[in-house]
Amino acid sequence: MASTPLHGASVGDRIYRVATTAFALSIPLLLLLLAIEVAAAAWPALRAFHLAFLTTAEWNVVDGVFGAAPAIYGTLVSSALALLIATPLAIGVAIFLSEFAPPWLRQPVAFLVDLLAAIPSVVYGLWGVFVLVPFLREHVMPFLADRLHLGNTPLFSGPAYGPSMLAAGLILAIMVLPYISSVTREVLMAVPRSQREAALALGATRWEMIWGAVLPYASSGVLGGVILGLGRALGETMAVTMVIGNRPEISASLFAPGYTMASQIANEFSEATNDMHLSALMAVGAVLLLITLVVNMLARWLVWRVQRQGRS
Amino acid sequence: MTTLAPRRSIRARRARSAVMVGLTVLAAILATLPLIFILALLIKQGASSLNWAFFTEMPKPVGETGGGMANAMVGTMMLILVASAIGLPIGIGAGLYLAEHRNGRVAWVVRFLSDVLNGLPSIVVGIFAWQFLVRPVKQFSALAGGIALAVMMVPLVTRATEEMIKLVPDSLREAALALGFPRWRTSLTVVLRTALPGIVTGALVAVARIAGETAPLLFTAFGNQFWSTSLTQPISALPLQIFSYAISPYEEWHALAWAGSLVLLALVLVISLIARYVTRSRFGHGHD
Repeated sequence: MASTPLHGASVGDRIYRVATTAFALSIPLLLLLLAIEVAAAAWPALRAFHLAFLTTAEWNVVDGVFGAAPAIYGTLVSSALALLIATPLAIGVAIFLSEFAPPWLRQPVAFLVDLLAAIPSVVYGLWGVFVLVPFLREHVMPFLADRLHLGNTPLFSGPAYGPSMLAAGLILAIMVLPYISSVTREVLMAVPRSQREAALALGATRWEMIWGAVLPYASSGVLGGVILGLGRALGETMAVTMVIGNRPEISASLFAPGYTMASQIANEFSEATNDMHLSALMAVGAVLLLITLVVNMLARWLVWRVQRQGRS
Repeated sequence: MTTLAPRRSIRARRARSAVMVGLTVLAAILATLPLIFILALLIKQGASSLNWAFFTEMPKPVGETGGGMANAMVGTMMLILVASAIGLPIGIGAGLYLAEHRNGRVAWVVRFLSDVLNGLPSIVVGIFAWQFLVRPVKQFSALAGGIALAVMMVPLVTRATEEMIKLVPDSLREAALALGFPRWRTSLTVVLRTALPGIVTGALVAVARIAGETAPLLFTAFGNQFWSTSLTQPISALPLQIFSYAISPYEEWHALAWAGSLVLLALVLVISLIARYVTRSRFGHGHD
């Protein structure tokens, strides 16, 4: 090694530097290429329908009229429903694990919750089709509509088919829970010990310590975790496609079938024969891409802010 | 901090605290229930359809009982190999760059964008791969599917590599340089080698993640009812097969979908467990 001539070493170093830089730069280039390809393919549809593409509900392949409003609506509603269910649970789990759990329980429970993220989407879908949807149809929906007399409210009206916005929201809640919970756990761990000790020294109970001293400190990171979960929910495809019913209609009822942007692409893409249909589906993809980009950037920024705060 | 000094009796405050602690315990129980339900059901439904034929035979046409998913398992393995062959070098190279230029502006942008890439919906990666690789040649292929999966692997491997290299003590790097090692040899033989178990873990986690992906394969690898090992032809994969069997109306196919799910989940879990074991044996159970 000592015999390596110096100029040889510098050539090696230069090659090494060029190679790692090229690999690193391939990531921004890949994203750029992806955005350009999708946008270019979406262009004919976006030019033909302008903003009406986002706001109209008609999706008619035969007449060549395409409006993505039902899919956008379904994506937003199913994701919102998922967050509504998953967020309190995920934050509860994270608090339990970081503050209360005895050490011997901490690792196994964290592992089990993390495992939820390892189950493939299509397996969730299979479970959704044969277990969750029948269970909703036979037990939960009748209970909500008849026993609790909510059947007349717009949210729970209509026949209980089973495949529905409710099923999609529930399955998404299970799928995003581990993401929210693991980010929240990380953020809670980054809260300095002195913050907790100060609260306890002032005479706070354990819960008052968390509510008054820990959560406010971690709040923007927790929000980041929730938004990260939102990013996952918006783009989730297989499980949702298998349980949501795939109908491009807008209905206020959670019992009604719906559509999401990802499901619409998954369902129709390989059967799209005419160019405008294909371009319309690409445009749906472009809208989904744009929404998830914004959501993910926001989430990362929030999480980073807390982690930097914790370190300094 | 007004919440710290409520005008309530200490007993009421303690009771409230106990209730809230109880609620977090309940949340932990509720969060683990779906996992237990799904695992139990998969084992119950899947095990009854699992037999030797499942691993060795081809799918049978509707109406005939039996048959297996041998072609889908080979397809999944091939897709993983293609994706790893492309995704691992890029990811590890980019990770090396990020670790060595920690505070650089370019590194900041690459790090941020790799997190953004990681958050992209897999279906969007799928339509991109279709537009870029399938449409021009008018041919679904295993290669296009593998590349789509590689796109999903890169950010995971990049960030894992970076994190693991950051754990390598600077003194080790300095010692190697002091001995007259050129930079590239220091990086590749000393730093990378020390961080290797962690990078292997990152790579395995990435493989576990893509092994179950379906959406990016719908319009790239596409699926295939026949035996194929060609990179330029459509190829089957376990997740694709599970999907098409699950939404079919046939009982026998549903049974195969459960068996396929059990195999797929076992594959993913085994890879994840190996990943955990590799890191633990090297770094102890330091940070988790």
